[in-house]
Amino acid sequence: MSIASPLAALGRPVLRALAAVGRVALFAGEAVSHLFRPPFYGREFLTALIQIGWLSLPVVGLTAIFTGGALALQIYAGGARFNAEAVVPQIVAIGMTRELGPVLGGLMVAARVASSIAAELGTMKVTEQIDALTTLSTNPMKYLAVPRILAATLAVPVLVAVGDSIGIAGGWLVAISRLDFNSAGYLKNTLDFLQFWDIGSGLVKGAVFGFLVALMGCYMGMTSGRGAQGVGAATKAAVVAASVLILASNYLLTEVFFSA
Amino acid sequence: MIELSGVHKAFGDNRVLRGVDLVIPKGQSMVVIGGSGTGKSVLLKSVLGLVRPDLGTITLDGVDVTKGDRDAFLARFGMLFQGGALFDSLRVWENVAFRLLRGHQKRPKTEARAIAVEKLRRVGLKPEVADLYPAELSGGMQKRVGLARAIAAEPEIIFFDEPTTGLDPIMSGVINELIREIVVEMGATAMTITHDMSSVRAIADRVAMLHQGVIQWTGPVSEMDATPDPYVQQFIHGRADGPIESVR
Ligand SMILES: Nc1ncnc2c1ncn2[C@@H]1O[C@H](COP(=O)(O)OP(=O)(O)O)[C@@H](O)[C@H]1O
Ligand SMILES: [Mg+2]
Repeated sequence: MSIASPLAALGRPVLRALAAVGRVALFAGEAVSHLFRPPFYGREFLTALIQIGWLSLPVVGLTAIFTGGALALQIYAGGARFNAEAVVPQIVAIGMTRELGPVLGGLMVAARVASSIAAELGTMKVTEQIDALTTLSTNPMKYLAVPRILAATLAVPVLVAVGDSIGIAGGWLVAISRLDFNSAGYLKNTLDFLQFWDIGSGLVKGAVFGFLVALMGCYMGMTSGRGAQGVGAATKAAVVAASVLILASNYLLTEVFFSA
Repeated sequence: MIELSGVHKAFGDNRVLRGVDLVIPKGQSMVVIGGSGTGKSVLLKSVLGLVRPDLGTITLDGVDVTKGDRDAFLARFGMLFQGGALFDSLRVWENVAFRLLRGHQKRPKTEARAIAVEKLRRVGLKPEVADLYPAELSGGMQKRVGLARAIAAEPEIIFFDEPTTGLDPIMSGVINELIREIVVEMGATAMTITHDMSSVRAIADRVAMLHQGVIQWTGPVSEMDATPDPYVQQFIHGRADGPIESVR
């Protein structure tokens, strides 16, 4: 056996992965370039806004309230080890706004939205609806991808803001009902402590995550393989890719925003 | 006039088109026949640029279809896809009027709807169907809605991929007549794929048979029955034995 073959075996998947990254980047570039060129499809944008933003509110709210509640319990228990139980409001607030609000909200949206976009566009691809759009002089990128990507980029920060508030409310509820905190004092501590950038950084993260979720949903859907199996694979790939990209970009953004 | 010369297309190891040469004269009805899986749909899609040929050229009125203004090019075409390819998020009339509701051919909603209802009538569908969603229709009805959408903007060139597959004989007759009318009255150029020999006789000016990636035979429909070509003879008589293998 030649010495090159193990290297080749290693090199091939790496090359394939790089090629995939390149294709996604080209797709993203094309989508963004269409953002600024007419025609614009307002009705599709509004539908996407409702689908992605409004209809995701329950799942994001539920995620946030339980997370905020659990966070309060953990910080109280952890803080008690060095007599720092009093930091619960501050840590819940900063934990929700900077990390858990955007990341968990983003992951829930990835599960809900990346999958549904990929399945819908994948089905359109395998039933030739995307080809049909082209023959009807409508650019599928403009008509299908751009409204969804724009809607997700704008809607997810709003979802994050709502999630932050509900998460903090969850922490407050647990703190006053289970941990003997005083209601007004808890809220005052939270408000005094939070700075604009704690919230702002989370909203920026939300916009990036929303973009990534819709991008992966559209890319995987529009490049779906053939048949039901192709759509299934595209849906799975969209959720996995969106989730991993959210976690990786969250780390990078945190480095950029907060490392000294 | 549409002219294909030396068109090749492979998907991986599957060499589907292996040098297709074909001329579709302006204002004529060309019917493409051939076994299933021989690449007839791929051939139509190549002309429209939905499939990119590996080799060869396709021209429309002497201009390479891959060059020039793509919007203006596509505006001249109507296409009925083999599976209908209706947009399932839109109502039937919005599907039919798709081109009339946006872009260069945009017009008021009521007018677009009226045109859609009229086209639906021409493919044998009642006005009540207009407000349904595609998923609420039978396969044959979806096919006819697809046909109505293809002709809605009155294109100069129309491609029909198996327009009568899945229709009952009476409806097939209606659709055959409609396609003939479109060619004769509107002067459109049509390219139709079908397996249905009664359709071939009803709508074709010329016939081309695709087999093993090339045009095996082409000629006026009047010469089809008399041609000695064994492939054509086997196909039009539906015989199991002959040069075309029945296991493909
Ligand atoms: N997008 C595609 N990717 C891979 N193979 C394809 C694709 N489209 C068509 N094919 C293959 O090309 C061949 C011809 O298909 P098609 O043109 O649909 O046949 P038909 O003559 O029945 O219309 C088939 O073997 C089909 O599997
Ligand atoms: Mg076909």
